[in-house]
Amino acid sequence: MKVLMFGWEFPPHNSGGLGVACQGLARALSENGVSLTFVLPKRFGSPRESFKFVFADIPDCHVYSVNTFLMPYQTEASYKNFLRENGYIYGGGLFEEVERYSLEALKIAKRESFDIIHAHDWLSFGAGIAAKRVSGKPLIAHVHATEIDRTAGNPDPEIFKREREGIISADKVFSVSEFTKKMLVRDYGVNGEKIKVVHNGLDQKSVPSGADAALVKLKQSGYQVVLFAGRITVMKGVDYLVKAAKRVVEYAPRVLFVIAGSGDMEEQIMQEVAALGLSKNFIFTGFLRGEELSRVYNAADLFVSPSVSEPFGLTSLEALAHGTPVIMSKQSGASEVLTHAMKVDYWDTEALADKILSVLEHGSLREVLTANGQRDAFACSWDKAAKVCIDAYKTLDQSYL
Amino acid sequence: MTICFYLHVHQPHRIRHYRHSSIGRRDYFDETEELETNNKRVLQKIVEKSYIPTNRVLLSLLERHPEFRLSLSITGTVVEQLEQHAPEALESFVALTETGKVEIVSETYHHSLSFFYSLSEFEAQVELHAKMVKRLFGQRPSAFRNTELAYNNDLGRWAGRRGYKAVLIEGWDYVLGDRSPNFLYHPPGEPNVKLLLKNYRLSDDIAFRFSENTWEGWPLTVEKFASWASRINGNGDLVDLFMDYETFGEHQWEDTGIFDFLSSLPGELLKHPDNNFMTVSEAASKYPSRGELDVPHVLTWADTERDLSAWRGNAIQEDALSRLYELEARVFAARDPVLIDTWRRLTTSDHFYYMCTKWFNDGDVHAYFSPYESPYDAFSYYMNVLKDLELRITAKNA
Repeated sequence: MKVLMFGWEFPPHNSGGLGVACQGLARALSENGVSLTFVLPKRFGSPRESFKFVFADIPDCHVYSVNTFLMPYQTEASYKNFLRENGYIYGGGLFEEVERYSLEALKIAKRESFDIIHAHDWLSFGAGIAAKRVSGKPLIAHVHATEIDRTAGNPDPEIFKREREGIISADKVFSVSEFTKKMLVRDYGVNGEKIKVVHNGLDQKSVPSGADAALVKLKQSGYQVVLFAGRITVMKGVDYLVKAAKRVVEYAPRVLFVIAGSGDMEEQIMQEVAALGLSKNFIFTGFLRGEELSRVYNAADLFVSPSVSEPFGLTSLEALAHGTPVIMSKQSGASEVLTHAMKVDYWDTEALADKILSVLEHGSLREVLTANGQRDAFACSWDKAAKVCIDAYKTLDQSYL
Repeated sequence: MTICFYLHVHQPHRIRHYRHSSIGRRDYFDETEELETNNKRVLQKIVEKSYIPTNRVLLSLLERHPEFRLSLSITGTVVEQLEQHAPEALESFVALTETGKVEIVSETYHHSLSFFYSLSEFEAQVELHAKMVKRLFGQRPSAFRNTELAYNNDLGRWAGRRGYKAVLIEGWDYVLGDRSPNFLYHPPGEPNVKLLLKNYRLSDDIAFRFSENTWEGWPLTVEKFASWASRINGNGDLVDLFMDYETFGEHQWEDTGIFDFLSSLPGELLKHPDNNFMTVSEAASKYPSRGELDVPHVLTWADTERDLSAWRGNAIQEDALSRLYELEARVFAARDPVLIDTWRRLTTSDHFYYMCTKWFNDGDVHAYFSPYESPYDAFSYYMNVLKDLELRITAKNA
């Protein structure tokens, strides 16, 4: 079976979970015998090396690149802002990049032979629709996050429109959780029967064991470490964690909140932390990846994912893989696969504070949450996700009937 | 063959969602919101769905069938709540015993596992229970059941020392070997204590499988059940049907037909000329022991494991239990009856059951019967309560 896959980012050139998920799923599909052609809009510094590195272990996977500026998780406004700050003047907008991607997709689809089109998130949906138009092959729209998630309920109308167009045009929709499926039915008017839930997997390779030296030192002096990892945006709910932190510190002054990530709310969050007098309890590390992130996961006593609206939330699984227990908001798709986590409504900062205090206070609680949560996390594999995808491909691909 | 029909009545004092911010500020058991931890609300629901209609059926059975006998155990924690919120339901239990054909079985007042943690506390709770039984039902129990039927040889010896005639335990194959649960046995070295063994197959046909339509025995009619039970004639002296009282109306809802089943069961069983009913002590007096039963490890009537793993099977349960019993000496040193009573309410086994993680797995969360969202929340609230209790103790001792 041949699949033409459209993505927008791919590790290590990724800004978040979308790239990680595309890589995990692409590898597993390939391992399960799917002949995959992975199309990316490309504007990497030294594409050759990085592609070689990225795809070295994916047999049978080609990378196409179109000349688009790689920057997911952007709204048009912040994208323009970004372009201005970086002195990059091309095209003039994210939507034009998306258009350009679609045009290139037309050409690629004409050249390539494939049975199924599989496009990840709205940035690639245009390309997927274009490929479907020229080839007549079935399109799968894979929703990793919606505009409603990203904006915590204040979608950009143009992005929402394009997102919806992709989802409606698709022959089948994959959503990363039941949580997202419900949203697609409710807010996008998609027929639920068209949607298949494909929970994300966890990279099962063993995790690096070292812990961040600076954090270890702080822990030796009596601090406990609560970690957040993710983009600092309205969707991720870091502001709620800050409010909870205020309460936590009232009871436990030696708790350190490590914020690993960057995003458009970073400055606002820093100001809030300062205004609440919590500066000495917070560390902002900026965006971390790979081993650096591993070392922080390993040093943490607790991982908190306070998302306002989280389609999945791979970081919670990653934390557990590193042996760190998890508190997550109930508004998270990963909550469907992680039974053994403490869960809280994102807005209930008092409950969040209370649970943070309990986990930090009781070694037994950390022990049981970690042991059971880790079992849940490792049960989520990309192989499982790939098999669900393949079953769905078969229902669409006429040659299999 | 004798049928011993024994029901266990219990409700715990559930603790509220007790947060760090509650410490030093709130009481533990007085939730008034519409939550599962609202004890009054839960009790009133059970009274209405189970206690009142079941006692109505039982009383009518006792009146209709002079040979019908029943054994009941009822914990102090449920009696306290009935006295406060549903005295009419408590009256209906008393009315059963007034027929003279209902035996009350001894146990710990607080439905605790104290036998395994503090013998002095265990004995104190058994004594409290005995006083309550005397006061309300005018009986002095001679048969004992431990919480969750948790039993081992040590408990058998204890029962012997205390002069109990009978102890109710699980009739579990791994303990019995090729022996039948339908005879009496005795603990090693305690020939005067008769062990009555739950016939878990027949008991669970009613308690667990009655409404399970995927079960081959479904639908369970009284004729079918009576014919299964009567087959024991010739192969056993008695059949022990032990179950939670809440089977009737709560675990099996009224619309399953459970009340009709209960209402016609004794009559159907008594159609067989060799069948009769006895209370547990009557049966213990009537039949001989068929030998020693060695139970070195704790045996319970719970789960497929028949052990205490649902109460102390993980690190949070062990942590909570050891912190609770660490407070014992200090609670008593404070000499405050309210503090002691509060601490005792926290010994109730249900608190630890809510922290059990073994069923709390994906797709199987419905198997987790608890008023809390997760075992971790249950633990968190419980530990906060212990912290508050410790502050109260310290204040008293200061």
